[in-house]
Amino acid sequence: MAAITFLEAIRQAMLEEMRRDERVLVMGEDVANYGGAFKVTQGLFEEFGPTRVVNMPIAESAIVGAAIGMSMNGMLPVVEMQFIDFITCAFDQITSYAAKSRYRWGVGVPIVIRGPSSGNVHGGPFHSANPEMYFVHTPGLKVVEPATVYDAKGLLKAAIRDPDPVLYLEPKYLYRRIKDEIPADDYVVPIGKGVIRKPGRDITVATYGTMLYVALESAHQLEREGISLEIIDLRSLLPFDEDMVMTSVKKTGRLILLHEDTLTGGLGGEIAARVVDQAFLYLEAPIKRITAPDTPVPFAPPLEEFFLPKSSDVNRVARELMAF
Amino acid sequence: MPSRKSDNGGKPKAAAETRPKLWQDAPEGDVPAETRQRILYFMKLTREVDDRIERKLYRQGKILGGVYTGRGQEAISVAFTCALAEGDFIVPSHRDMGVYIARGMSLYRIFAQYLGRRDGPARGKDGNMHLGDLRLGLVSFVSMLADSVPIVAGAAMAFKFRKEPRVAITFGGEGATSRGDWHEGINLASVQQAPAIFVINNNQYAYSTPAREQFHCETLAARGVAYGIPGYRVDGNDPDAVFRTAREVVERARTGGGPSLVECVTARMTGHSAHDDPSHYVPKEFFEEWGKRDPIEHYTQRLLDEKVITPAWLEETEIEIKKAVDLAVTQAEACPYPEPEECLTDVYYDPTRPVVNQ
Repeated sequence: MAAITFLEAIRQAMLEEMRRDERVLVMGEDVANYGGAFKVTQGLFEEFGPTRVVNMPIAESAIVGAAIGMSMNGMLPVVEMQFIDFITCAFDQITSYAAKSRYRWGVGVPIVIRGPSSGNVHGGPFHSANPEMYFVHTPGLKVVEPATVYDAKGLLKAAIRDPDPVLYLEPKYLYRRIKDEIPADDYVVPIGKGVIRKPGRDITVATYGTMLYVALESAHQLEREGISLEIIDLRSLLPFDEDMVMTSVKKTGRLILLHEDTLTGGLGGEIAARVVDQAFLYLEAPIKRITAPDTPVPFAPPLEEFFLPKSSDVNRVARELMAF
Repeated sequence: MPSRKSDNGGKPKAAAETRPKLWQDAPEGDVPAETRQRILYFMKLTREVDDRIERKLYRQGKILGGVYTGRGQEAISVAFTCALAEGDFIVPSHRDMGVYIARGMSLYRIFAQYLGRRDGPARGKDGNMHLGDLRLGLVSFVSMLADSVPIVAGAAMAFKFRKEPRVAITFGGEGATSRGDWHEGINLASVQQAPAIFVINNNQYAYSTPAREQFHCETLAARGVAYGIPGYRVDGNDPDAVFRTAREVVERARTGGGPSLVECVTARMTGHSAHDDPSHYVPKEFFEEWGKRDPIEHYTQRLLDEKVITPAWLEETEIEIKKAVDLAVTQAEACPYPEPEECLTDVYYDPTRPVVNQ
């Protein structure tokens, strides 16, 4: 198979699932004949028509609510948020209805909400968000974020097939910047399982999304200084692969949590608390978090560059940890 | 000099006098005797259940948390439900015990729910009116009532896409119409021309907030114009009028005619909840006036006068209802609570857990 982009992998997942299961449908703003703001759904409307690729008015709350109502009547909706930032408009439908339904009366809500997430695209505060933690904090939801072409397809398939509501975040920076060959046959990436992108000896770096590539760049540089990073791509944030993190930290004794999301209330804090609880005696040094600062995402390039974690940050912290 | 007096001087009448009425009244027509009898039966059963919950069990300290009844509003829930078919999809509100009763949810499960017991539809995970069972087409609503409106829009879209002759309906108070989701959901359903029905239970108070502080338009039914759908304003205490309206809007939705908005005007004859004393903010004249318009008293008299029911039937029915409620309460009080560890169950799909409510 020829190499495809991260974005094309997302489209392929939807296309194949829609062909495989006639209950699957796509809904969102501009997703039908326009093919979506980023063209992720391009071609789907022509193949499946208006009852399976549904163009919606600007009403994120109603879009999610409608998806919930459809899912209670045998359908498997995939909601596109034009930018994941707009998901805040649907906060109540997601947290009050979708997340709590199975708990309160046994009826599951098998919807997927997907959309372009994260920054480094000059998007500013409303087109660059990392909203994952509002939803990682909500029992009843699942939250995933692929960083590779292979995972983009496999995780979206897993999300569509999952009987619970799944938030699928797509780092938009990667849409057309990464390309890879993937298997032609059907495969699924299980939710809740991380993957070791680079085995190593000295420091565990647990990360997800675009920051994977920051970690890999850093690993390459640090190798020359004799520092060996073990990089875990979490892929799933809720649930996250706790076992993989613990096993790795028990081997290396040092942990860096790297995410583009802001510091306070970020996933790094959650993981750090669990590692301290379960692997305290294995730690050789304090757990470090490398994240964006606690600000909205700024627009001007010097500001956003300041905002985003860089490989130089990882290098500096890694050296500090080795010298501790 | 042109006259400055407002004598119209030959000009056309002021716009408010000649513009078309922005909403419809309840349609005319006959309601079958058997249906009317069923409606009265369910209304009486609903009132007995509500009274047992609020005026007995709650006052006896047997129910914890909130208690919300639809006292005085029974005609709306019951008459609408009697106009629906199996397979229709309903998201009620906390004033709609009549929906659950008329739809056939067992009294035992309803009381078990209020008592937080294992056999309530929520199995203790939720309480009071958050009752749901998809086998009866009933959805356990959330407390943010207007959230139901997009849910119903979506369900209706599903029926339309699949060409199923089913309708989706939601009930909410005039208070719920102030939230954004109410607008978003009706707008979506009307754009999609989906088989949805939006009922407003305008009981004139949202907690302590009177209707004049809730909305400024002349009537809520008039909002139908804004969505391009028919809007009705009906006497919510007249079960026949409500049923005739329900029948018409259900038929319209079911046959591809799209959504309708129905404002039923009624009165909340109790506090917002059992612990709320409404005499602090509702003028006593309101209760006096609406107390004379009790829907059950009036409908009973009307059906007796028109010989749809007999006094003997009435007496038997009241005895039967009381017995059924007594039995359900006794059984519900004997139902165990869920085990404490149940707190951790059903957050996510678990194939080992029993399937419930669907």
